[in-house]
Amino acid sequence: MWLLFLFVLPFYVIVCVALGTVDPIFGSAQPQWDPLRWDSTAMRYVLNQTFLRGGIYQPAFIRTLVYVGSALAMCLLIGYPVAYFITRHGGRWKTWLLLGLIAPFWVSYLMRMLAWVNLLQDDGLVNTALLRLHVIGAPVHWLEGQSITVILGLVYGYIPYMILPLYGFLDRIDPSLLEAARDLGASPTRTFLQVTLPLSKQAILAGSVIVTLPMFGDYYTADLLSSSPRTTMAGNLVDHAINSPFVTRAAGLVLVMMIGLLIPMLYYLYATARATREAAG
Amino acid sequence: MSQVVTAAPTERTRPAQPRPGRIGGWLRNPWGRPRFLPMFALLYMVWSLAPVAIAVLFSFNSGRSRSAWQGFSIRWYWGDPSLSVWHDPALRSALAQSLKLASLTMLISVPLGVAFAIGLDRWRGRGSGTANFLMLFSFVTPELIMGVSLFLLFVKLFTLVRLGTTAQLLGLITFEIAYPVIIVRARLLSIGKEYEEAAMDLGASPTKALRMVLLPLLLPAIFASFALVFADSIDDFIIVRYLSAGAATETIPVKIYSTARGSPTPALNALASIMLFSTVIAVTLALIVYRSLTRGERKGEGMALRDFAAQI
Repeated sequence: MWLLFLFVLPFYVIVCVALGTVDPIFGSAQPQWDPLRWDSTAMRYVLNQTFLRGGIYQPAFIRTLVYVGSALAMCLLIGYPVAYFITRHGGRWKTWLLLGLIAPFWVSYLMRMLAWVNLLQDDGLVNTALLRLHVIGAPVHWLEGQSITVILGLVYGYIPYMILPLYGFLDRIDPSLLEAARDLGASPTRTFLQVTLPLSKQAILAGSVIVTLPMFGDYYTADLLSSSPRTTMAGNLVDHAINSPFVTRAAGLVLVMMIGLLIPMLYYLYATARATREAAG
Repeated sequence: MSQVVTAAPTERTRPAQPRPGRIGGWLRNPWGRPRFLPMFALLYMVWSLAPVAIAVLFSFNSGRSRSAWQGFSIRWYWGDPSLSVWHDPALRSALAQSLKLASLTMLISVPLGVAFAIGLDRWRGRGSGTANFLMLFSFVTPELIMGVSLFLLFVKLFTLVRLGTTAQLLGLITFEIAYPVIIVRARLLSIGKEYEEAAMDLGASPTKALRMVLLPLLLPAIFASFALVFADSIDDFIIVRYLSAGAATETIPVKIYSTARGSPTPALNALASIMLFSTVIAVTLALIVYRSLTRGERKGEGMALRDFAAQI
């Protein structure tokens, strides 16, 4: 039980600091511990730059939404068929396929990005292959601020986190339900659309939350795969701010992010709690 | 320029390029003999694993290039007198720091997490729900938010703890403790209370029941947690980076981040590969132990692996 205090206390303090440091007295970050004397200048600055038209943070936030949205869509489009296949038709290869699904978890995210940096260099293997196939005439500068590179990097980085929950959930669907649907005369497509898909709705939602949460806090993918202002994401803003004198702005941005992500986070907790209850019977 | 951009999607996804056709065919006939799905899954596997395999391969390149193969050598690991992982002090310290942090985090957070899980499971008081919620909440918080708040915590409040190894360790433990808790709790749920109660009915004290009955039953979960925490903390980037104090406390992922876009040599690949190897070793060991410990509980080849996967 005493562990509780070891754990809750730091967490409580973290929240306190995140709130406190938003409100400086001087230009340098000066935490204000007394909630009654909080000063909202810095916070207002962050909010204005984020939400008002023409704010300097706004493009990055919109870009983040677009990137995360497209990456999420691709994760689903690629991940669902793969998870579905392994569940239904894995057969005796199932263990190996599963190992393949888990393997990326054991490779550092940064290393997987490094792998793509190697491949996508101007004289990298991707350009070499495409040149040889005559798809492109001249080497493409993949790593110089291409949105598509960053989005695909995000997909590559986070898709395992989508597939594994999907697999876990699809695997639990009772095959007799599907057989029943077929026996009752539903076409294969209809069985899929009316039985499998609705049953996996929860898993799709959970997977999406798992994937999007870290994507919103991501800055290293954009940094490694493009490092250009054209692909700045919300995470990059925080990273720049915390390495600058405007540490308060970093805290403010983090707060904005935190509030924006609160709903998916709570949803995820709720879903996990429900799953645990169901497992407990 | 615009032409390049519009052409990009189909090219860059080369391994997954046939996607639209595959999905079309699969939707039209999902129950027929699956011809498209295996291809698709296979392409996915290749796409997800090949880049890393190539990166590892080029760590053995004998030349400086990371894209043209010039023959096998372990120059970047050992041979090169100034640039190899072993001889470059920066790379070597990154390796040492990574291993140190991961091992310490593992050794501290797993026992804490196990105790925490047993506590949560046995204590049905008012605070247990809150404690559980907070723990899970910290688990789903994006790491960036966690990293920034920990950074501010150590810089502004706990100035006694200076940035560096101690701060990194504390941050990692806070973040990683959720893994053993979740895994051990799942196992506790499936074990139930019966064994412990039987032991106590037979005259064991609560401590003895815990030590002789519950802990052995929890062993697989504990081993799984050791492996997971080690693998995850050696890979951790955000928290470790924000809480590091200069070059001496940089870990491998931080090193990759700071040098990948500079002009790295294959030594960087070698460093990343070493990290990969150590993770793989840790996980394989844990899997073997896990398997031998749960033998007899479940039958079937690969069942343990699936079990293991389900716990992530």
